[in-house]
Amino acid sequence: MAKTAKITVDGKTYEVDATKNLLEVCLSLKLDLPYFCWHPAMGSVGACRQCAVKKFRDENDKVGKLFMACMEPIVDGMIISIQDAEAKEFRKGVIEWLMTNHPHDCPVCDEGGECHLQDMTVMTGHDYRRYRFKKRTYKNQYLGPFINHEMNRCIQCYRCVRYYRDYAGGKDFDVFGVHNTVYFGRHEDGVLENEFSGNLVEVCPTGVFTDKTLGKHYTRKWDQTYAPSICVHCSVGCNTIAAERYGLLRRVQSRYNGEVNGYFLCDRGRFGYEFVNSPKRIRKPLRKNKETRQFEELGSEDALKYIRKLLSDSKRIIGIGSARASLESNFTLLSFVEKQNFYWGESDRNIQLIQKQYDILRNGPARTPSLRDIEKCDVVIVLGEDLTNTAPMIALALRQSVRQEPVQSATPYRIPHWQDQAVRELTQDEKGPIFIATPLATRLDEISETYRAAADDIARLGFMVANSFSDRSPLVSGATDEQKKLSGKISEALKKAKRPLIIAGPSLQSEAVIEAAANIANAMITSGKTCELCFTVPEVNSMGMAMMDITHQGIESAFEALKNKPADTLIILENDLYRRAEEQAVDSFLGKFKNVIVLDYLENSTSLKADAVLSSGSFAESDGTFVNNEGRAQRFYQVYDAGENIKESWRWLRDIMLNSGLHEFGKWKILSDFTNALSKAMPVFDGINNITPPPGFRIAGEKIPREPFRYSGRTAMFANKSVHEPKPPEDIDSPLSFTMEGYRGKPPSSIIPFFWSPGWNSQQAINKYQIEIGGALHGGDPGKRLIEPKSGKTPAFFTKIPQAFSPRNGDWFVVPVYHIFGSEELSVNAPGINELTPKPYVMISSEDAGSLGLTSEKQIELEAQGKTYSLPAKLNLGLPKGLIGIPKGLPGMPEIKTGSWVRLKMG
Amino acid sequence: MDDKPLTKYIRTDQVPMDIKEYEHSGGYEALRKILKTMQPKDVMDAVKDSGLRGRGGAGFPTGMKWSFVPMGDNAPHPKYLVANGDEMEPGTFKDRLLLESAPHQLIEGMIISAYAIQADIAYVFIRGEYTLAAKIIQASLAEAYQAGYLGKNILGSGFSLEMYVHTSIGRYMCGEETGLLNALEGKRANPRAKPPFPQSSGLFGKPTIVNNIETLSNIPHIMNNGGEWFKKLSLTGEGGTKLYGASGKVKKPGLWELPLGVTLRELLEEHAGGMKDGFKLKGLLPGGASTDFLTEEHLDVNMDFTNVGKAGSRLGTGTIIVMDDKTCPVGFVHNLEAFFAQESCGWCTPCREGLPWVQRILNAIEEGNGEMRDLDILSYHTKYLGPGNTFCALAPGAMEPLQSGLKYFREDFERHIKEKRCPWRS
Repeated sequence: MAKTAKITVDGKTYEVDATKNLLEVCLSLKLDLPYFCWHPAMGSVGACRQCAVKKFRDENDKVGKLFMACMEPIVDGMIISIQDAEAKEFRKGVIEWLMTNHPHDCPVCDEGGECHLQDMTVMTGHDYRRYRFKKRTYKNQYLGPFINHEMNRCIQCYRCVRYYRDYAGGKDFDVFGVHNTVYFGRHEDGVLENEFSGNLVEVCPTGVFTDKTLGKHYTRKWDQTYAPSICVHCSVGCNTIAAERYGLLRRVQSRYNGEVNGYFLCDRGRFGYEFVNSPKRIRKPLRKNKETRQFEELGSEDALKYIRKLLSDSKRIIGIGSARASLESNFTLLSFVEKQNFYWGESDRNIQLIQKQYDILRNGPARTPSLRDIEKCDVVIVLGEDLTNTAPMIALALRQSVRQEPVQSATPYRIPHWQDQAVRELTQDEKGPIFIATPLATRLDEISETYRAAADDIARLGFMVANSFSDRSPLVSGATDEQKKLSGKISEALKKAKRPLIIAGPSLQSEAVIEAAANIANAMITSGKTCELCFTVPEVNSMGMAMMDITHQGIESAFEALKNKPADTLIILENDLYRRAEEQAVDSFLGKFKNVIVLDYLENSTSLKADAVLSSGSFAESDGTFVNNEGRAQRFYQVYDAGENIKESWRWLRDIMLNSGLHEFGKWKILSDFTNALSKAMPVFDGINNITPPPGFRIAGEKIPREPFRYSGRTAMFANKSVHEPKPPEDIDSPLSFTMEGYRGKPPSSIIPFFWSPGWNSQQAINKYQIEIGGALHGGDPGKRLIEPKSGKTPAFFTKIPQAFSPRNGDWFVVPVYHIFGSEELSVNAPGINELTPKPYVMISSEDAGSLGLTSEKQIELEAQGKTYSLPAKLNLGLPKGLIGIPKGLPGMPEIKTGSWVRLKMG
Repeated sequence: MDDKPLTKYIRTDQVPMDIKEYEHSGGYEALRKILKTMQPKDVMDAVKDSGLRGRGGAGFPTGMKWSFVPMGDNAPHPKYLVANGDEMEPGTFKDRLLLESAPHQLIEGMIISAYAIQADIAYVFIRGEYTLAAKIIQASLAEAYQAGYLGKNILGSGFSLEMYVHTSIGRYMCGEETGLLNALEGKRANPRAKPPFPQSSGLFGKPTIVNNIETLSNIPHIMNNGGEWFKKLSLTGEGGTKLYGASGKVKKPGLWELPLGVTLRELLEEHAGGMKDGFKLKGLLPGGASTDFLTEEHLDVNMDFTNVGKAGSRLGTGTIIVMDDKTCPVGFVHNLEAFFAQESCGWCTPCREGLPWVQRILNAIEEGNGEMRDLDILSYHTKYLGPGNTFCALAPGAMEPLQSGLKYFREDFERHIKEKRCPWRS
C-alpha cells in the first residue's frame, strides 16, 4: 500500500489504501456494497448511482449526505455509513428504477443464476413493484457467432461501451439514442469486429450480452462442473474456467489471475473451446484394419494389448513430442523412447528461434514480463509480431500500456487515476509511445507509430536503436533516412521511459529480429537503464519445450536422422506433422515406419495415417502443466471424467510402458509422480510440483468440489441408463472432487474451479477472492515463474547485422499473415471460430498489384516449393514492394515457407 | 450614466447595430481601454469587485469562477472561453434578444473576458433553433475580425484570440456547462463529473470558462463604468441589472431590463401589465421551468438570488412563467416533466428512469387514472432526485416545480385522483 488512511465505516475503523476510491476500499474490506457502472479494470464514472453511501462531515454530523462511493476519494478520518437507512432506501430505489424496464424473464434468461443484477437486487432488498406502466422495448441485433444480444434487459450501466471502445479499442459498437431509450449495439446488424468482444459477456452485469456458444447447449451456472484450466490457443497461457455437463464442454470463462489475464480473455480463448465437442474428436482408441485400411474402435484394454503387440517386435522407437501437449506428456514420451530418439515436433527453424529466445531470457539481464507487467510499461517497441493475431491478450495489454504516460498527467490536476471519465477527458487522445515494426498493417497501428518492412530491415532498425545505447551493439551501415529518423525517435522515447519494453517473436522466422530485440534490451540495461523483454512463442507449451532437457531437434532433423539410422515404430504425441512440414516429406517419413502410433484428441491428417490411435484427453479431460511465453509454469485440471477410453497422454504412455515391461514406471501413478520425476530429471522445472496443492490436500478433511452446491439432477441425469445413481468418479490426481460435496469456502488460488460467494452468484464474486480489488488472489496469483534474469553479468551482444532487404524482379518474398480466427490448429474446429476464418488467399501489395494489372479476388497462380497453387489475391496498401503475404494455418491453405521466394503467374 | 446597460445598444427596431454604429455609440471602447491599461488580473479583479453573478441560472460569482483558471507562463494552452447561448430553458428567451440585437456587445464582452483569463480560443455556442442569432453573430464576428478586434495581436496589444460560432444540435443538456463542452467536442452531451472543474480541465481537457450570454454582455459596461457603479444598479446590492421576462396569461408578456432585485409584483403588475381579464394568478415559476413555484403570497419578494432563494425557489434565468387559474396545475407540471424526461441524457439511473416514471404518473393522474399512492411515489422522487443523488442538476431542477406543485396545489392533485378526471377539462 502506497498511502494509507484511517476511515470509519458504520462505526468501525479501518486502515485502507488512500489511492483507491471508497467503493473499491469497501469491497476490499469484503463489505457488501452494490454497484454496476464501476469495473475494477475500468475505473469509476458515477453513472448508475448504485453505490450510494452516507458521508458525515465529522463526528457531530448525525445527518450526513449521500455520496457515490465509486466517485469518492479516500480522505483520512472519513466517516461513512453503508447501513444508514436513507442510503439503503436510495440504493433500493436505484434498483427499483432499473427494474421499471427490466423484463421479468429471469427463468428464460441465460444470465439467470449468475446475474449481477439479480444479486444486487437481492442485496438492496427491492422486492415489490410499484411501477405500473408499460416497459420500453428494443430490437436486438445479430452480433456474430459469439454473442447474443437482448437489449430489453439493459440497465444502461455503460460498462459495455466503455469496455468495448475505451478499454479494448473497438470502433463498431456504441451507445445510441437518449433518455430512457439509450441503446447499446452496432450501427447495424453485423459481426462485432473487435477480437476481445467476448468479454462483453462478463462485463455486462445482466443478460444483454450472453455467450451464444453456451446458449446453443445451455446449462445453468449451478448445473455445470468446473475446473481451473489454461487456454491452449496461444502461448500467453490465460487462466480459464472450463465448464461441462453431460460430457459436453459448455463454455470457457476468464479465471482471474492478477499477474496474467486479469478479468479478460480474447475471443479465440473464450470461444475456441468448442473443438472439444467437435465431431472430429477421437473418443475411443482406434486400430487400422490391415486389409480394409479402415479404423476400428477398441476398448482401452484391447488397445493397450494391440500396442504391446506392435511394440514387442519393434527394434527402435522414435517419439515426436508437441508444444501443445503438457510437460508431463512430453516427459513421459521422452522417458519411454529416450533422449536420442525424441524429437520436439516442431520445425527445425522454429526450434532454433524459440531456443534462441529462451537462451536470451535465461542468460541475459532483461526480465520477461507478465501480462500485468506489460500493461504497466510506458514505452513499447514491437519487432515483427502482429500481436492481435499471434498473442492477442498482449495486444489488449498494450492498449492499456499506451495510457500509462498520459494517465500520469492527471496527478497534478489532483484527478485520481481511477476517475476514468475525467482522466480520459483530460488526456484526450494522448497516447504513450509505442512503435510497431511489421511487414503488414496491424490492428495496433492506430495506437502506434509504425514501420512497414521485411524482417531484415526490421532487425536493422532494431540494431540501430541498440547501437544508440551501447557501442557494444554494432553500428548499422547504409541505413535509410527513414530508418535513421525513426530509430532516433525510438531511442529518444526509450531514454525517457520509466518502464520500457521490447516485444519480439518467431513469426517472421528471423533470428536477426530476435537478436535485435535482445540487443536493445541488453544495450539499455548496460547503459544503466531498465528494460523488459517479452517474446511470443508459437504454442501454449513452446516455452516449456524449449526448457526441457531434450536434443532440441525438429521434424526435418527427424526426417534426416531416419535416413542414417532406421527405426520401425513412431509414436506421435498430440501433433499434426502436416502442419509442420511439407506434405511429401511427411508422407515419405511416415511411410518409413512399420508402426505409427498417434496419441491425439482430434482427427487430423497425421492421425489418419496412423496404425493405432490412442484417444487422448483434450485440455478439458486432462491434468498437466504448461509453461507460457513469460516462463510461468501453470497447471490445468481435468474438467470431467470422460470414461476409461479417454486418458491424459501421459497416462496412456505410462500404461504403454508398463505393458512393455518397463515396470519401474509403475511408481508413476498420479500426476504429481510425473511432475516430481520431471523436476528431478530436469532441475529447471524445480518447484513445478508445488504450483498447486498436492492431491492429498484437504480443507477440514474435505476436497474442493468441482460442482457448486446447488448442482441439480445428479440422481436423475443418467436414469435413462440406470436407475442406480452412479458413483462419482474419483480424482486421484488432484485435491478436486467430481462432486458437489466438499469444502465450500474459498480454495487456494491455483485450484479455484469457479467464483461464487454468498450473495455473489455472478463472476463478480471475484471481488471476494482478491486480497485487494484488482490485485492478487488470496494466497498469491497462481503459477510459478521459471525464468528470471541474470543480473550482474555483462550480457552478450549479437553482432551479425543482416543486409537490407532488396526486392527481386519477378520473385516475391514470403511474409506470414496470422489470423486470430483460422491460424490456430484447434480453435478452428470450433464452429464460431470457423465461421470467421478466412478462405485461403495470397496478399499482394497494391503497388505490385498495380504493376501486374492484378485486381482483388482475381485468381493467381503461385509457384512455390516446386508446386503451383491457384489462389485468390487480396490487395494490401501497406505491404512493402516485393513481399507477398501468405496466411498461416488456414484450413485448405498450403504451407508455404515464411522467408522463401515464390513466383507468380497471372491466371 | 446608463441604468440599462444591457439594452443600451439595442435599437428600438431591434435590428443589430453594425460595427460602425456600435463603435460610434461607444462600443469597443472598453476593450481598447483594458488592452492598453489593464493587466488580465486587473480585469478579473474588476469583475470580482462588481459582484457579477452568472445569469445562466446558477448565479455563481463570475470573477471567482475566472480566478480558478491557471494563469502564468506554465498554464496549459490553448485556454478556452465559451459563451453559453444554448438557451433551452422553457419560458426563457432573454439571451436570444442579446444575441440577435446586441451581437457586438457580446463579442466585446467575450474578448475582454478572454483577455482576463488569457484564453486563446472562444466559442459562441448557440441553440440550434436560433438560426437568426447564429447568422447575426457570424456576420458580426466577420466585422470584428475585419476591424482587428479578433485574430492575432489584437489592436497591437500582443493578445490574440480566435472566435467561432458553434450551433448546437439541440438538447437541453447542451446548456449544462460540461454537457456543452462534450457537445462542442463532438461527443454525446452528457455531463461530466466535477471535480475536475472546466476551469482546470474543460474543453479538450484544457482550462475553460463557460459563461452565459447575459453575463458576458455585462462585461464591457463593468469595464467602462467600474464595479461600484455596477453594484449600485441593483436594488438589493447583488449588482447590475437583469433581463426579466414574463410569459403566460398576462396582459403584456415580454422582456425588460430592470434593476436586479425588482419585486415580483412590480414585474407582474407593472411591466407585464397584470393578469389578462378573466384570469387569476394561481402560481408562477420565477426563473424558468426548473424553479420552484411561488404564489400570490410571494409577490413582494425581491427578484434576486438571495431573496428568491429565501422564498423557497431560485432566481434561475429571471424569466417568469405565470400559471393562471384556468390552467390545470397537474397538466402544467406534467408538461414540464415530459420535457425534462425527454431531455434526460440517459447517463444516470435516477434521472433516466425516474423522470419517465414521474411523467407517466402525472399523465395517469391527468387522464383520471391516478391512485392516491401515486402522490407518495411523486414525493419519493422529489426527495431522491435531489442534488448529489443524480449526476447533474437536470433532475433536481425537474423536481423543483413538482415538489412545490405538490406543496401548493396538493388539493388539485387529490381532486384529479378522487374524481378520476381532470377538473379543468369539460
